[in-house]
Amino acid sequence: MLSRTADSLFWMSRYMERAENLARIIDAAHRLSALPASYGGTHNEWESALLAAGCADSFHRIYKDATEMTVRDFICFSEENQASIRKCIDIARMNARAVRTAITTEMWDAINGAWLDMKNYDAGRMDREELSRFLEWVKNVSLVVDGSAHRSMLRRDEFFFTRLGLYVERADNILRLLDVKYHVLLPATERVGGTLDYFQWSSLLRSVSALTAYHWVYRESVKPWLVADLLTLNREMPRSLYCCYENLVEFLDQLARQYGRIGPSQHMARSALARLENTNIETIFQNGLHEFISQFIIDNNKLASAIQEQYLV
Amino acid sequence: MTVAFDEMGDAQGAVREPYARLSQWLNQASPELLNTRRSQAEYFFRRIGITFAVYGDADSTERLIPFDIIPRILSAAEWRTLERGLIQRVNALNAFLRDVYGKKECLRAGVVPTDLVYRNPYFRPEMDRFEVPHGVYCHIAGIDIVRVDPHNFYVLEDNARTPSGVSYMLENREVMMRLFPELFVDNRVAPVENYADNLLASLRSVAPSRSAADPTVVLLTPGQYNSAFYEHSFLADKLGVELVEGTDLFVRDEVVYMRTTEGPQRVDVIYRRVDDEFLDPLVFRPDSVLGVPGLMGAYHAGNVTLANAVGTGVADDKAVYSYMPEIVKFYTGEEPILKNVPTWRCRDKDDFAYVLDHLPELVVKEVNGSGGYGMLVGPHATKDQIETFRRRLKHEPDNYIAQPTLALSTCPTFTKSGVAPRHVDLRPFVLSGADKVRIVPGGLTRVAMKEGSLVVNSSQGGGTKDTWVLDA
Repeated sequence: MLSRTADSLFWMSRYMERAENLARIIDAAHRLSALPASYGGTHNEWESALLAAGCADSFHRIYKDATEMTVRDFICFSEENQASIRKCIDIARMNARAVRTAITTEMWDAINGAWLDMKNYDAGRMDREELSRFLEWVKNVSLVVDGSAHRSMLRRDEFFFTRLGLYVERADNILRLLDVKYHVLLPATERVGGTLDYFQWSSLLRSVSALTAYHWVYRESVKPWLVADLLTLNREMPRSLYCCYENLVEFLDQLARQYGRIGPSQHMARSALARLENTNIETIFQNGLHEFISQFIIDNNKLASAIQEQYLV
Repeated sequence: MTVAFDEMGDAQGAVREPYARLSQWLNQASPELLNTRRSQAEYFFRRIGITFAVYGDADSTERLIPFDIIPRILSAAEWRTLERGLIQRVNALNAFLRDVYGKKECLRAGVVPTDLVYRNPYFRPEMDRFEVPHGVYCHIAGIDIVRVDPHNFYVLEDNARTPSGVSYMLENREVMMRLFPELFVDNRVAPVENYADNLLASLRSVAPSRSAADPTVVLLTPGQYNSAFYEHSFLADKLGVELVEGTDLFVRDEVVYMRTTEGPQRVDVIYRRVDDEFLDPLVFRPDSVLGVPGLMGAYHAGNVTLANAVGTGVADDKAVYSYMPEIVKFYTGEEPILKNVPTWRCRDKDDFAYVLDHLPELVVKEVNGSGGYGMLVGPHATKDQIETFRRRLKHEPDNYIAQPTLALSTCPTFTKSGVAPRHVDLRPFVLSGADKVRIVPGGLTRVAMKEGSLVVNSSQGGGTKDTWVLDA
């Protein structure tokens, strides 16, 4: 396969996954900001949504205050924001179009259809209800794109590269979300019976669609260390860091098998997975959750570069 | 102006045989049904992403070419004549190119004026005395055909560089079969879907003789911002070959490779949809980022085949066009089966005087123009436009030819005001391989959607139709 084709498949999936994550971030911020102040509702929610979306700097170049309207416009629809949902769908579709021959009709339909439908969403006149329908739509698009890849693509390099893009991006998003919110997970912030933090934690879970999963896995009230455990080390939770890396290892191995050659990215992914396997949440907290997250963000970027080097140029 | 020949039949209701069944069907079909089918067709085209970009149209970077749901029909006998004529014409084109870049007998014999070749901007001195693999230059030709009466087909243009539109020929048929399955039961329509197989066979047949038994073919595109990108990706998909951009290829030791996820892979045949001057920055435009440095070196070393060959533009120049009847006779020894439209060359004094005197009734075209840009359609132009054009013409007469305004045939077309006749042309695609010439029955019918308009180019608002050749 052409390296450029692999590159486009990789980024197509990354941007589609990013669009979905942005929708979740806005969704969670909405819920939190809708709470009365006594339950932890604050204006800062929009600021931390920007941080989680990784676009606080570019936002403040244009706007002064992070309010509901400015932030949701910027993250969902802005043309100036290179990583708005609109732009993500644009870029995903641009990449898909460049490799039209490497994806199936079903996938193209899903991505091109989303891009066409996106034109119908007008940021200016959207009330909350319309916005939440929009966010649902974004999540649904990602679901359909992912599903059509699963159902229609041949299990060979084309498919593997879309998976790699998706899991690298998902890992990055989980990590950045944790990076922004790690302080609410620290034991020191826990106050007995405090409703404030409860909503912070549950919104964190909600932003990765894991609130229900949490209850099924731990069968107890929301505890910060368990939240951290679910998002990083849990082996059943499909959006956890562990599952992202399990998949990265799996698909890198499949690539290596198809091409008959192992390279640096296979080694890096495996050693990262081993690190997750050989630790537990207590150890992570002892050594510093923040340090753990920061280091993993760096390593995840290194893995992305290694994949780039090895296959995409 | 006289009433144009309508391919379905005259106003008195006499229907020509090929259209008999379609006409019956049209009489029964309600406007609502046609309307529904039309919007279904449009939805379908948009969904699969058949769009094209119009240069200079910042507003809508992707547009649909209007598709007309009423097919254009040719009888088996009409097609047989066309087919023979096309094969003859394309064989002559290839012989002419071989000669122009080789022995130059046609110049010595005075068939074509020497300066017309040497001063032609599409003549490539880099190709002089270089024998292309298997002697084929124009692997893919799109010959534009018009008719004015039931008996005569005229060639309007020989597109010998990188003709486009074949994806519309194929997709139009797909859409028609989906929307009107009943019509395909009543009419036995010759299939066109084997075009891609023919193209691949043609391309493989011209691989350099020293390349592997299973040559690697790629399609080189300028990239997704090119107006025909959809077609490039469509064809690559149908051919099952890689769609590459310049940066995907590199040349080492006069061999072309593509960058793949498994390392460099050798390339034998490049179906290139990039113009000559962008192919290799070391030889042509140094600012080109679309090409591959060293490609011409590999080509000259005989390690790769380019389709079409470099320099074919010298044969589709509109001034050279006017010599095609002589060219056909010179190389094939036969009378041309397809006629040329009578053409005045503004480079000839007498012709030029005639053209200046008759501007309001002529079509004047730039010798190297394409896509309907830079032309004057006398009968449809205002006085001002004619005078402006006259000044340009006097400034550079060599650059223009003129032709009578042909009453192009019309076909029934579904318009806002119901089914009405609109002018059409036809672009069949002719494939020349090392072994033989291949043509699928049909081609792309372009239709001027505006009433009375003769300009069928998609860049000027023209549409397309499915083209049926009835199987006797």
